[in-house]
Order: sequence, then structure tokens, then C-alpha cells
Amino acid sequence: MTYSLRRLVRESLRGNTGWAPVWREPEPKRHYDVVIIGGGGHGLATAHYLAKLHGIGRVAVLEKGWIGSGNAGRNTTIIRSNYLLPGNERFYEHSMQLWEGLEQDLNYNCMVSQRGVLNLFTSDADRDAAARRGNAMILHGVAAELLDAEQVRRMVPGLAFEGARYPIKGGLLQRRGGTARHDAVVWGYARAADRRGVDIVQNCEVTGFRISNGRVMGVETTRGFIGADRVGMAVAGNTSRVAAMAGIHLPIESHVLQAFVSEAIKPVLDTVVTFGAGHFYISQSDHGGLVFGGDIDGYNSYAQRGGLPIVEDVMEHCLAMFPRFGRVRVLRSWGGVMDMSMDGSPIIDRTPVEGLYLNAGWCYGGFKATPASGWCFAHLLATDRTHPLHAAMRLDRFETGAVLDEAGTGARPNLH
Amino acid sequence: MRIPCPHCGVRGSEEFAYLGAAGLRRPEPSAPFAEWHAYVHLRENPRGRHQELWQHVHGCRRWLVVTRDTATHDVFGAVDA
Repeated sequence: MTYSLRRLVRESLRGNTGWAPVWREPEPKRHYDVVIIGGGGHGLATAHYLAKLHGIGRVAVLEKGWIGSGNAGRNTTIIRSNYLLPGNERFYEHSMQLWEGLEQDLNYNCMVSQRGVLNLFTSDADRDAAARRGNAMILHGVAAELLDAEQVRRMVPGLAFEGARYPIKGGLLQRRGGTARHDAVVWGYARAADRRGVDIVQNCEVTGFRISNGRVMGVETTRGFIGADRVGMAVAGNTSRVAAMAGIHLPIESHVLQAFVSEAIKPVLDTVVTFGAGHFYISQSDHGGLVFGGDIDGYNSYAQRGGLPIVEDVMEHCLAMFPRFGRVRVLRSWGGVMDMSMDGSPIIDRTPVEGLYLNAGWCYGGFKATPASGWCFAHLLATDRTHPLHAAMRLDRFETGAVLDEAGTGARPNLH
Repeated sequence: MRIPCPHCGVRGSEEFAYLGAAGLRRPEPSAPFAEWHAYVHLRENPRGRHQELWQHVHGCRRWLVVTRDTATHDVFGAVDA
């Protein structure tokens, strides 16, 4: 069933009785060409591109809960490609380009909104860093603009300029950045993959790997053994636990990252604004709620909920930036479990087990990476070759020293 | 989350700074590269009971080994590192 205006009109006249579920709930088969562990955005995107671009249709996505119940449903929906390091920038720009065509590709309204992402700077050193990052983007063919304080004031009313603790000196703007509807991304990829014959198996937790002579033969699950020629892990948050079942030890710690949404208010903020003096990012959803977040809690956690010190910290940052939001009430907060890698960048690579592939370590950056992550992981699973787009995201970079440390903080996962 | 500091009593976790897993043994400078890689980068990262280093930076400034559950955030105890 393809979505179209004609279809929408027809269904609205018939009381919306003609809609059917948009993906099946199949029993797992005994064997697949590729099994992907993890039915989040990355796993489902991988399945979609495997089927669409590489013609591999005998694919299963195994999800321990329901699809999109992990970090795909727990982020702040920001998409951008304003990275400094070449190994990251080309990858995230590819992601940005895939976002720009995603709705046509999936025939699904993912509510991709290129409302701009503005990184504020509040000191001279901050401005230098922003200019450097903007120049790095431009060198990769990605548009970036350095705004002065007056331009920022015109663009985002309500920011604290008068007597601010961190006086705003300007901002680095990526106009093509913005937001996307996180659940719709999951559902869109799931529907598109399902239509190409991918089996999405929910409530199916992987409990072990069957490995013979160093080669993966399939996975043990709560619904029995499922054989596979190749297995891809896309289980960020729980990667250490899943990889440990295959005897793989990783440079990753799991940390909880909280996010918040306020009650719905009238439109006040038409772009994404981030604040580097502390660490804070905010946008307003189409529903009207302010969606915002800040730092990770800073200690190992699998809890999917965080502590009050970070709640207070995030609110303080919000009010330091936007005093006018002081009367807005917070509706909800939640936590997601992040794979914090030792250099703050992801891993898309082979593993020491033949036929077993790794997609992990997304730190804060998983949502915006969803399309390119799936695209690259599908390429790797289909061809067993590393694509130049993710060539820097190797697992062995921690041994060789070729790390991708955007923030320059070293092997301290809670500081990235 | 509250941490029972052996010197200052039970205090909120915001008084402490976190370093990560306790019990990692720093290799000799001449140790093979693989040992250094494991020490600097590789972590068990368990879901459940975890021994970890916290420093009471806003209290006695002592380094502590705290035993804590990473799934429930229950703190079981703290001793000097």
C-alpha cells in the first residue's frame, strides 16, 4: 500500500477503515542470508538498504522488545552534519543527504524539517573553534555560516543577551540541519524493509551466538536458533553485553543520557539552538513542546533513567540561555542508554569472528546518523568491504592510535 | 543516588567525580602494546554489580571504590581506593 493524497482522501471519506498494518509479524525462518540484531533505527535502516541497494531480501531484524523502543524513541530528534574531523564529516554529510531524500525513498512522512541548527558561542576561544569547524565543513563542501551577535539576536528572539552569565557572541549555523520525527523514522524504515520481504521479528531476544571454527553460524534466541550467513549487531546501549556473548571485548561504556519535553506552547522557537558554554540543545516540536537535553549523567548505567543532578543542570542551562522559558512546565523526562566509545565516535567494522559485524559506539550522535549508519552497514554486510564513508570508524583504531576524538578529551567516555 | 563516603557519611552523588571501572592494573611501561591497549580502552561494562572509582571532590577528596548496580543504581558500599 503506497501512501498518496488520493489514498488519504479516499480513506478519510471511508472513516479510515481501509488502513492495514504496514509490517507483518512473521515467525522467524530457520535460516537467513543476513540477521541483524536490534530493531532500532540503525538496524531497520540497514535492512532497508540491504534489500533495496544490494538485493539481499532474505534478511531478518531481531528485536528483543518492540521496534524503536530503545534509543530511537529516546533522543532529541536533531539532524545535522557539522563535524570537525574528516573521518566523521563525510559520513554525517552523507547521512544529511539521505535525510533530504528519505521521505521519497521510504514513501513515508518522517517530518524531516530543515529548520537549521545554530551552535552559539560565548567566548573568543569558542568563536575560533566555531570558525574552525565551519571551515572544516566548507572544505567538505558543506555550507556553514558564522553569525555575529546581532544576526543571532534577529534570528532567535528571546535569547539572554542582557546581563547574561555567558554573553552570546555569535553562532555557527548549518541551515540544512534540523529535526526529524524519530518514531516515524523507525516506522518508515520498518515499513519499507518489510515491503521488500525483510522479516521484522519483535519480542525475540538474542541469547547467544553459534560460532564454529571462528565463524558465526547463527544466533540463539528466545524463539529458538536462527541460522545466518552473516550477522550484524546494531544494539547500541547494550553492545558490550551482546558482543560479550561472542567473546568480544570492546572499548565502550554504557551511560545514561536524559532528555526532556515541556508542555506544548505556541510557536516560539523555529530552529535548533545549542549552547556550548555548558552543554545544552533545544528545539520546539511541531506539537509545540520544547524538546531539550544536555550532558550524560556521567557514570556507567543501563537504567534508562537518570538522576536529579543532571535534571537541575539541564534546567539551569535552559534558563541561562532562554530566561523566558522559566514559566514553562516540564511534561516528561526520560533516559536512553548510550554506547560511549573511548574516543566519542562510532564503530562500523568487522569483528574478530568471521561473518559477525559491529555497528556500535554512537555516543550522543546515533539519531542523526541513522540513514548513513544503515547505508554503510548494509554495504559492509553485503560486500564484506569497507566503504570510504566509514573507513575511519574502525574497531582497531584504538590500538593503532588513529582515533576520531572530536572533543579531544582522550579515553574518558563520560567526558565526550 | 547517594554514596556512603567512609569519611564524610552518606552524600549526594553530585559531590563526587566519576572515573570508571576500578581494579584496572596499570601495566609496566615496557609491557606489550596489547596490554596497554586493554588497560586504556577495553572495559567489561557489565549490567549489574560494578566496582568503580569515584572521588569525593567536594568533600574529603579521597578516591573511593564504590560498588553499585548499573541497572538499578543501588549503591552497596564504598571503601578507600
